[in-house]
Amino acid sequence: MSAASNPYVLPAIIAVTLVTVAIGFYGLKLARTTSDLLVASRVVSPTWNAAAIGGEYLSAASFLGVAGLILKNGVDMLWYPVGFAAGYLALLLFVAAPLRRSGAFTLPDFCEARLRSRRLRKLATAFVIFIGWFYLVPQMQGAGLTLTALLGGPYEVGAVLVGTVVTANVALGGMRAITFVQAFQYWLKLTALAVPAVFLVLQWQADGRPPVTPPEGPTFRETTTVVIDHPATLTFADGTTREVRPGDALTFAAGDPVPEVSTVATTRGLDWLLPGGSGEGELGLFASYSLILATFLGTMGLPHVLVRFYTNPNGAAARRTTLGVLTLVGLFYLLPTLYGVLGRIYTPQLLMTGKSDAVVVLLPGAALGDGLTGQLLAALLAAGAFAAFLSTASGLLTSVAGVISTDVLGRGSVRDFRRATLIAGAVPIVLSLNVSGLDVSQVVGLAFAVAASGFCPLLVLGIWWRGLTDVGAAAGILAGGGAAVGAVLVTVLSPPLHGWPAVLVAQPAAWTVPLAFTVMIVTSLATRDRIPTNVGAIMLRLHAPDSLRL
Amino acid sequence: MTTSGAPIGPTGEVTPPQRTRIVLAEVARQRGDRDRIRRELAEQTRVGEALVRGLVRAQLALAVRLSVVVAIGLGGLPLLFAVAPPVGTAKVFGINLPWLLLGVAAYPFLVGIGWIFVKLAERNEQDFAALVRQPDR
Repeated sequence: MSAASNPYVLPAIIAVTLVTVAIGFYGLKLARTTSDLLVASRVVSPTWNAAAIGGEYLSAASFLGVAGLILKNGVDMLWYPVGFAAGYLALLLFVAAPLRRSGAFTLPDFCEARLRSRRLRKLATAFVIFIGWFYLVPQMQGAGLTLTALLGGPYEVGAVLVGTVVTANVALGGMRAITFVQAFQYWLKLTALAVPAVFLVLQWQADGRPPVTPPEGPTFRETTTVVIDHPATLTFADGTTREVRPGDALTFAAGDPVPEVSTVATTRGLDWLLPGGSGEGELGLFASYSLILATFLGTMGLPHVLVRFYTNPNGAAARRTTLGVLTLVGLFYLLPTLYGVLGRIYTPQLLMTGKSDAVVVLLPGAALGDGLTGQLLAALLAAGAFAAFLSTASGLLTSVAGVISTDVLGRGSVRDFRRATLIAGAVPIVLSLNVSGLDVSQVVGLAFAVAASGFCPLLVLGIWWRGLTDVGAAAGILAGGGAAVGAVLVTVLSPPLHGWPAVLVAQPAAWTVPLAFTVMIVTSLATRDRIPTNVGAIMLRLHAPDSLRL
Repeated sequence: MTTSGAPIGPTGEVTPPQRTRIVLAEVARQRGDRDRIRRELAEQTRVGEALVRGLVRAQLALAVRLSVVVAIGLGGLPLLFAVAPPVGTAKVFGINLPWLLLGVAAYPFLVGIGWIFVKLAERNEQDFAALVRQPDR
């Protein structure tokens, strides 16, 4: 069962890394000015840009985490990929074209251009850096996890390796290089999931279409040995329980039902198959809506997503690019579901170990055996997973470094940008070595909640409402974004909660987003005298068609 | 029409960047009345401001209308599954309906809404541009 003997995985990962670096250096020759580095001199065509944005967006959480969540918790988890895609629709409807026309480079730039406040700019900078770092940590974690699952190497090596490659590549090539890298990596990721999926479905047919939800619950298909990592209580199908300690090795025969493990939250039977199974009644419904709100509205507030829009030549191109991204991202998300469902049949031991994020890379070996086909497909998936870490981490790092170089270090010269990249890359590498217990997709979900609570109200109200003031914007970001950051810290640092407090903290968007909007509107109304004097001219600039060039 | 004849809007006390104003006004004088509305837009006169407000309102109404469609079409699903469990257990092609709706159908639905938005938003902008270019219709 172990893929540690697969001789193709390491060469595949090295090839992806080398191609990434090579395209980075090719771009280096073209990167001459700060503008080249930051926004690719705004000459990227919508097709390239859409593939690049898609490549940048589909992170470890999408490539590995979504399938793992579906494996563990079933149909309710489909809201993650739907929300990740729908975020681009919200971006398209409310933000894309006006944001591009605003002419700002980063979100702090937008704050200053729209509301003329240096202090608001500083606040936005702090949030951009927080979200960026919080989103970078799970990427490096995912890299470490993949290496451990496939090669048996230490977790730290994978995390530091990806962190170093990405930091060096961004510092040397900047964003022009990244555009080519990201576009290449979108297609690599799609291929890496699509090709093995065809083989897996054919294998499932050849196996006589084993049921995904057999009446007796998930069962082992072949003799499997599971080694226990944490002390836990196992509950077997006949109701008996057994205490296990780390290091215990349990062997199950083919056809044995998979016992439930007290430390791993999974859903079984009809709860997995039917909606509303993973939470109880109102709690589950609240959690569903909170997740929908966070993912639908959070995408527009992610720093690495926003910075891409400034590479479009004009507002109309920004809209077409966004539609392209929505299409490409939607196409991609058809695939992880398949892996999660088939993982239920072929890799049920992940329900016991809880390392469900590894389902995508382990599935070919489990379903197709250790033959050449299985090994090559596993190597392809490993390459895709690495492309996912490299591209998302590069995009995040570019935007965080861009903000640090212009707002914290100095005037945004090329040298400042390179120094900022080193700082921006070092922090998440160190953090990722110290927090290995977090769930990749949940961390990403929380980052979306912070982005939705902090930046979504700022962008939507800033673009569509003349009455927004700098004080109102700051109060809204502090109230909504601050509450979401608090929820994140409680989730990460505090002992597990139960009942309503647990749901309110784990899925905060349903209350923090309305809070942010309310505070922003009420405070703006109370400080009406601070509405910028040039608001009419700004509105004209944001919304007037590109052809008028007003 | 001369510069002094231009109406002073409600934001008349507002002073946009002086240089921009002079350049645009001179261009407008050279071209005559044809560019009157264009100049009024830039100068934030009452007519210009009303035009921009109209465009912003039209685009916002379009975006809000389409998000309501998504809110009902997708956002209604958890509620539907909660109040009508048979929908959750129904099968199409041997697959449970929620899996098909969320795993497959949601994506073409979102892309379709996005496509409609791009078309209609561009039409709104063309209408606005036509209005500005031919003020004396």
